[in-house]
Amino acid sequence: MDLRHSPEHEAFRAEARAFLREAWPPRGEEAALPEERQHALFRERAVARGYLFREIPRRYGGSEQPSDAIRDAILLEEFAASGVPGSLPSVGPAMLAPTLLEWGSDSQKERFIPPTLRHEIRWCQGYSEPGAGSDLASLTSRAELAGGEWVIHGHKVWTSLAGEADWMFGLFRTEPDAPKHAGISYLLVPMKQPGVRVAPLRQMNGGAEFYEVTFDGARTAADNLLGQRGEGWKVSRSTLVHERKLIGDPNYIRRLFNGVVELARRSERGGRPALEDPGIRRRLSRLEGALLAQEYTNLRQLSASAKGEFMKVMTAMLVTKLHSTNLTQAITRLAVDLIGGEALVMPSDEEAQGYTIPKLTAGAWLSQSMFTIATSIAGGASNIQRNIIGERVLGLPRDLRPPR
Amino acid sequence: MDFGLSEEQELLQETVRGFVRGECPTPRLREIYDAGGFEPALWKGLAELGCAGLALPEAHGGAGLELLECALVAEALGAGAFPSPFLGHTLAGLALGLAGSEAQQRRWLPALASGDALATIALGERGERWLPEDWTARLAGGRLSGSKAFVPFGARADLLVVGTAGGGLALAERGASGLRCEPLDSLDRTQGVDLLHFAETPAEALPGGAAAAGRVVDAALVLLAADAFGAAGRMIELTRDYVLARKQFGQPLAQFQAVKHQLANLLTDTEPCRGLVWFAAHAFDHRPEEASKAAAIAKAHVTEVAMDVGRGAFELHGGIGFTWECDLQFWYKRALFDRQLFGAPDLHHDRNARLAGW
Repeated sequence: MDLRHSPEHEAFRAEARAFLREAWPPRGEEAALPEERQHALFRERAVARGYLFREIPRRYGGSEQPSDAIRDAILLEEFAASGVPGSLPSVGPAMLAPTLLEWGSDSQKERFIPPTLRHEIRWCQGYSEPGAGSDLASLTSRAELAGGEWVIHGHKVWTSLAGEADWMFGLFRTEPDAPKHAGISYLLVPMKQPGVRVAPLRQMNGGAEFYEVTFDGARTAADNLLGQRGEGWKVSRSTLVHERKLIGDPNYIRRLFNGVVELARRSERGGRPALEDPGIRRRLSRLEGALLAQEYTNLRQLSASAKGEFMKVMTAMLVTKLHSTNLTQAITRLAVDLIGGEALVMPSDEEAQGYTIPKLTAGAWLSQSMFTIATSIAGGASNIQRNIIGERVLGLPRDLRPPR
Repeated sequence: MDFGLSEEQELLQETVRGFVRGECPTPRLREIYDAGGFEPALWKGLAELGCAGLALPEAHGGAGLELLECALVAEALGAGAFPSPFLGHTLAGLALGLAGSEAQQRRWLPALASGDALATIALGERGERWLPEDWTARLAGGRLSGSKAFVPFGARADLLVVGTAGGGLALAERGASGLRCEPLDSLDRTQGVDLLHFAETPAEALPGGAAAAGRVVDAALVLLAADAFGAAGRMIELTRDYVLARKQFGQPLAQFQAVKHQLANLLTDTEPCRGLVWFAAHAFDHRPEEASKAAAIAKAHVTEVAMDVGRGAFELHGGIGFTWECDLQFWYKRALFDRQLFGAPDLHHDRNARLAGW
């Protein structure tokens, strides 16, 4: 056991940090460039240094680096700390590009991966439907081949980034007579066409970061299919594996917790800082216990990944989502208690923006607390997590299921 | 960066687990429990595995290992509710190694490492006086006076490491004049505790005691957290086995989603504690400036989780769980021991808050 990084990894971190300091934010003439162009320049430089798109071959625009879980983790931390735009890497490069590498034909890889990495094609993910949430495989959006094209009808929901996306990768029922999972295919669908309607979904905190997408006779070419017909479920499982790369800030919960400590320092109880209140101190300490447990569990998983020993941390991997969800909810609950009566005021539009570390305004904390409630659902509902833990770790029987 | 166990550490823990399973399966545990809770042959066996002197210097016959290895063993013992004086003996040896004079170490450590002599710690006092600054027993002119509470295996130990006023440490021997042992009917008989009264009892100071006392308490907190983590894991296993076997409404309890989810919740809170224990143990030897805080939060958090697991395990067992006949009680009481000895969670949450600089 040694918690220090090796000299090589420390040097790697120092180099990455120096690069980031130099490369962002843009200076001189570049500061006047349009934002898109600034991002593109940054990406080119980060790829050239081997810091971005590390698992993607050079011929597709990646940096083709040897697999190294520790370096990946160092980069995630340094990128998050540097203030580099959070859209790096976004859904397309992080999730679809690796899926294309695994399942795409050579021509699909050549056609889609390079422009995806350059953000010339922006993607959204079309999975959930109004009638298919946790039971995703019951989805009913359908695609039928007609005249060399897939013709699509249906309805997707909770689609992040659909407002700006050029294409969607998603699951559609193509084999209506096949059993539930075997009737699904993984299609790539252009979004900017008459048969696609995109509408924002307003959230309870006032923000609107998700969309619903309606397909009414939308079309995509017959060969915009990843894997074979009916293999969509399998393909989507490998996309899911890459979803963790999207988790922008590995220290999100720590920052959230430190933010609450700061909030307690600035809030008053009986004319004194709330941080001096014995009850608040104990609540903070209890939260810190769970937070440290989570952080050391993450470290265990990272170490095991670096050595390829996934079986040793299987239980930890399977409980992590539920544990983190419970923890972030408890942390923001304390924040809401600290802001007290201010929680009776609706957050402003700006405060309702996103799953980010809140500035220390009351409205931002309130919005964040509602966001953390949503993490009980996003990325795998807590009750489904409990089923998975019960069945796969504890060996308890599967739920009784109706016939498919 | 490697936050994982070495092959040797895994092997050590697996060896102790195997020993515990083989030598003290639950029916045997129940026999020992009903007979009073101590079985010298078990302690001898554990000592033969090298567990009596894990962290003692090799020069004195110990294994020269660190607190992490002790914590891995404590976890395995907690998982077995193994009746043994490992906790007090390990801590007393650690205190001697940290604070004893050359002569004190030469005299005692080889016998402690082999298990030929049994040692324990007599630090805390009634009134929740667990920490060095709370101790009131007086050592003056080589004579010790005062009372020490909840001393693990206090009646059986040959050697006592006693906490003294001002946060020092002293050595006293079994049978010394003025030493009176008041046995208690311990809740957790696998780690029986006694009261010790000293009246002008001959004792000698450990020269490095003032510097070492806080370290010994830190080590105690880590070992108790590790033991509780082992006990919590075992309570989850026992409960899993029970809900798979027990049928109501024509199906195993485990088939009810409410039952499955409750058990999944217990595991979700328990598994992350592993890293908390590892870090606290590692910090003791390698990150001294973080060690006290890591020990405090590990003890406070893990023992709280273990009690929550106990509560849930009882609920899932139904009425049988409340009976003397049900094995669950051994681990529940073990976890309660780990939680109460050296202070319940709030004490250490308050310390953690101070150590965090809040």
